[in-house]
Amino acid sequence: MKQHSGALGRLATLRQLAQRFTFLALAIASFGLMLLGKADTVLVERMRLAISDTVVPILDVMSRPAGTIADVVSGVRELATLRAENVRLREENANLMHWQTLARQLDNENRSLRGQLNFVPDPDPSFVTARVVGDTGGAFVHSMLVNSGAREGIRKGQAVIAGEFLIGRIAEVGQRSSRVLLLTDINSHIPVLLESSRAKAILTGDNSDRPRLNYLSPNSNAAPGDRVVSSGHGGAFPPGVPIGVVSSVQDGIVRVEPFVHRYQLEYVTVVDYGLAGIMPSDPPSEGRER
Amino acid sequence: MKGSLLQRINQMIRQLLPVSLVLILILVNALPSRLPGFAAVAPLLPLIGVYYWSIYRPDLMPPAMAFGLGLLNDVIAGLPLGVSSLIYLLVQGMTASQRRFFHGKPFRIAWWGFGLVSSGAFILQWLLVSALVKHALEPRAVVFEFLMTLFFYPLLSWLFARTQLALLRSA
Repeated sequence: MKQHSGALGRLATLRQLAQRFTFLALAIASFGLMLLGKADTVLVERMRLAISDTVVPILDVMSRPAGTIADVVSGVRELATLRAENVRLREENANLMHWQTLARQLDNENRSLRGQLNFVPDPDPSFVTARVVGDTGGAFVHSMLVNSGAREGIRKGQAVIAGEFLIGRIAEVGQRSSRVLLLTDINSHIPVLLESSRAKAILTGDNSDRPRLNYLSPNSNAAPGDRVVSSGHGGAFPPGVPIGVVSSVQDGIVRVEPFVHRYQLEYVTVVDYGLAGIMPSDPPSEGRER
Repeated sequence: MKGSLLQRINQMIRQLLPVSLVLILILVNALPSRLPGFAAVAPLLPLIGVYYWSIYRPDLMPPAMAFGLGLLNDVIAGLPLGVSSLIYLLVQGMTASQRRFFHGKPFRIAWWGFGLVSSGAFILQWLLVSALVKHALEPRAVVFEFLMTLFFYPLLSWLFARTQLALLRSA
């Protein structure tokens, strides 16, 4: 009997040891994954994509009722501000009518000038509309999963817009899911122009709602209210896609308020402008010949 | 009768419950909330699940499961791989080893314990992500995220307790 309990005791010690070992091995595996991910290997990316391809259809179904709830909530909120909103829209409409007339005149003028110059227009971009199905929120990452992928023709590095406004680019593409890196994310660097002064800068996210303008020349006189558009340098995005307006200039730090906020995104458009993109990690076998 | 196939399947499904609940929390956490201001401070709901089950049923939330759930969360949230898995693993280990302290104690003690453990988890996540992106993240948003998570603890722990009473008493 005594021997028996002794054996049991040894078994328990062994089990405890095994458990400790598993724990330690898993902790080391976590660090290993972080380093592996940092090295940006194909293996890690494949694993990510396989999992996100599996999860996205589930998220797609789950996010539909969630979307309905959000619609009801925003409906109630809109009711409260209906009158003020109406006044604002009337003013804006009057303003826009003026711009429309102007745009028509400019369009005509532009067309006739192009005719005189034998201008070769850019090819019309093709686009894919996708639904946002995953956005964890939070301070650590600013990216979202959408429910279309390589199957629908999405490629890495393509521009993602909502309405007319640039919101980010495609960072990962699976078969039926892709990850959009928002321009507010810390890994996002987009070449931009101040629309009025044509001053160049790099729009860099820092995981806050307002990304900052880096490498802006000091004599550019950026002021709150200046429109920021993509510059097209580096070949990732076409020039002139609106992004936001300068919201504050403080101690030489210029922050930009994007036109579209993260929480407003329900459908996004992934646009293929036929540009090569600047994704260095794109394996050559996947990249299309252009 | 004991150990018939159906019974065993029933038992197995019940035993998978804690892991499945955390899995659901990971998915729910990933749904776009579309509420202004909420996305910036969205709570880390799965952390609550890992903590709760590590106290009350550590046998059904083993380290390997915590690790796997964390890995899944990393992929879905777009975090660097290994961050959540390490954090869930540490939360599991820390909580499961101290769980006797919480047994039979009032709810606020468990809540206080969660505050302690999750503050550590948030600090670690902040450190890890900042190191991996080579840029110190804005700590203010992380603090708000922590407070939001703390705020959601009572609700979720109540739900878990109900589930545990209803389905896991015998398992």
